[in-house]
Amino acid sequence: MLDRRKLLSSAAAFGALALTRPKLLAGSGPDVPHELGLPRRAYGYRSSFERHVVRSLSVGQHPDTGSAHTPLQDLYGVITPSALHFERIHAGVPAINPARHEILVHGLVDRPLIFRMKDLERMPSVSRVHFIECAGNSGGEQDGFPGNTPQESHGLLSCSEWTGVPLSVLLEQTGIKPTAKWILAEGADACRMARSLPLEKVLDDIIVAYGQNGEAMRPEQGYPVRLVVPGWEGNVNVKWLRRLQVLDQPTMTAWETAWYTDLLPNGKARQFTFVMEAKSVITRPAGGQRLSGPGFYEITGIAWSGRGKIVGVEVSTDGGRSWQKAAVQEPVQAKAFARFSLPWNWNGSENTIASRCTDDTGYQQPALEQIVAARGLNATDHYNGIKWWRIRANGEITHA
Amino acid sequence: MRRIGLFSTLAFAAFAVCLYGQTRRLQLGRTPTPAEVRRWNITVLPDGTGLPAGSGTVAEGKLVYADKCSGCHGDSGEGREPLGSSLAGGQGTLQSSNPVLTVGSYWPYATTVWDYIHRAMPYATPGTLSANETYALTAFLLYRNGIIRKDDVMNQQILPKVRMPNRNGFVPDPRPDIRVLNQKPK
Repeated sequence: MLDRRKLLSSAAAFGALALTRPKLLAGSGPDVPHELGLPRRAYGYRSSFERHVVRSLSVGQHPDTGSAHTPLQDLYGVITPSALHFERIHAGVPAINPARHEILVHGLVDRPLIFRMKDLERMPSVSRVHFIECAGNSGGEQDGFPGNTPQESHGLLSCSEWTGVPLSVLLEQTGIKPTAKWILAEGADACRMARSLPLEKVLDDIIVAYGQNGEAMRPEQGYPVRLVVPGWEGNVNVKWLRRLQVLDQPTMTAWETAWYTDLLPNGKARQFTFVMEAKSVITRPAGGQRLSGPGFYEITGIAWSGRGKIVGVEVSTDGGRSWQKAAVQEPVQAKAFARFSLPWNWNGSENTIASRCTDDTGYQQPALEQIVAARGLNATDHYNGIKWWRIRANGEITHA
Repeated sequence: MRRIGLFSTLAFAAFAVCLYGQTRRLQLGRTPTPAEVRRWNITVLPDGTGLPAGSGTVAEGKLVYADKCSGCHGDSGEGREPLGSSLAGGQGTLQSSNPVLTVGSYWPYATTVWDYIHRAMPYATPGTLSANETYALTAFLLYRNGIIRKDDVMNQQILPKVRMPNRNGFVPDPRPDIRVLNQKPK
């Protein structure tokens, strides 16, 4: 209820102000303009005050190879804006005209077929929210080069709503022979990046995607069409998809032998380590940020699992002596980001904070030491250890 | 509980039968000609399926390498990080704290060397090497790693028979391999 007397007195006060500032109209504040704003635009753009929120480019000699990290600490919710989705490219981003693009499906099929984008758009489609995470994401934690911010340490990670045709629907068109066991997916980038995927996963939930967050996907994400392989390492989500070959064996491309394999202390390497296991990271407050002083802060971050849904996230604000249950934002989707939060009062003393998550298979995110004990130090891909941040007494936050 | 489990298993089985029994043919897409499939299909399998006709020697490969590869990978495959990784050496280092992963120490199949060069190299102009040049380069790299002799020739019959040192170096994924105790949230 508005207090009538207060209202009258503030009106009187405004009247006095109006005498000295005659240009101000009733209801105006200092930031409200008295001239028209910018005209309408055909394609939206973000505030000029948000231009610092950008991907960070990995250092390398070849600008057309390498990665661009997502600024996780600057994002909200569970969807990564398409323009900020992380990039990992091996031979540049090809410029593909969708009107001319075709996908060949052949090999151990009853009827080899070539599909154009127009064919895909007529087929039954699904839209699903899924994260994509590079196998090497946060491997620096184990390497000893952890990165100072969530972007640097965990930024080879994003989550989008993907729209496309289930790969199983494409294979219903061609049919598959009883001897089929694997499928080779090949991109139309200059290096014709190619990965083998087991048929069980192919028929389960892989999407031949053309949409990302409600519009056509970005060129660096595979325009006009890519595979989305829910929960599996980023590299198998083959971009610029041009060919699918049904086979009775894996092709053993360099990307599934020389790379993305995990070398163990005994000299053997794990191969076809596809699933990205449950993992979480606090994105605010986090490394690179500074607390302005003691008091209330919401701790927030993301959790995800390549095996299914996140069922719980715990946060420690005392170096692991105790863990508190964080709130997880509904709806929680399988193989997608889950946003968690915990109200927190910082008392101004130095300590370390971290999150750990559990997925619906009962698997709980392990500590760095447990991963090193199981796999040694040479396997840095598929790392999913608990991530600690150190809060110093002056409010500065760093890797712990 | 058991009855519910049985019921859902049966329901799932019935659903799966429906899915597989009823093929949805949408009459979309076109049939490629055999020539189109041959032109698109560059897959090379470990048994050599897909390798084209042609051949190359170590000596020929040395010349191609000097011309097209040494700029990034060094004069004799020693590597020039971060431009290009090392292509030779590293055998016996896989159990060390500083493993050197190369064609010779790590790659399990010789066909993968041919396939990767063919797909992805030279870095700035991939797909421009002839089959003979690709066999020659593969021969040179295998020779540099002590896997074949200096006068060996590589072709579609011989290459798949090359036994790589780390052929048995890979194991399947055993994960989840870490069980965290004390899992109960507070």
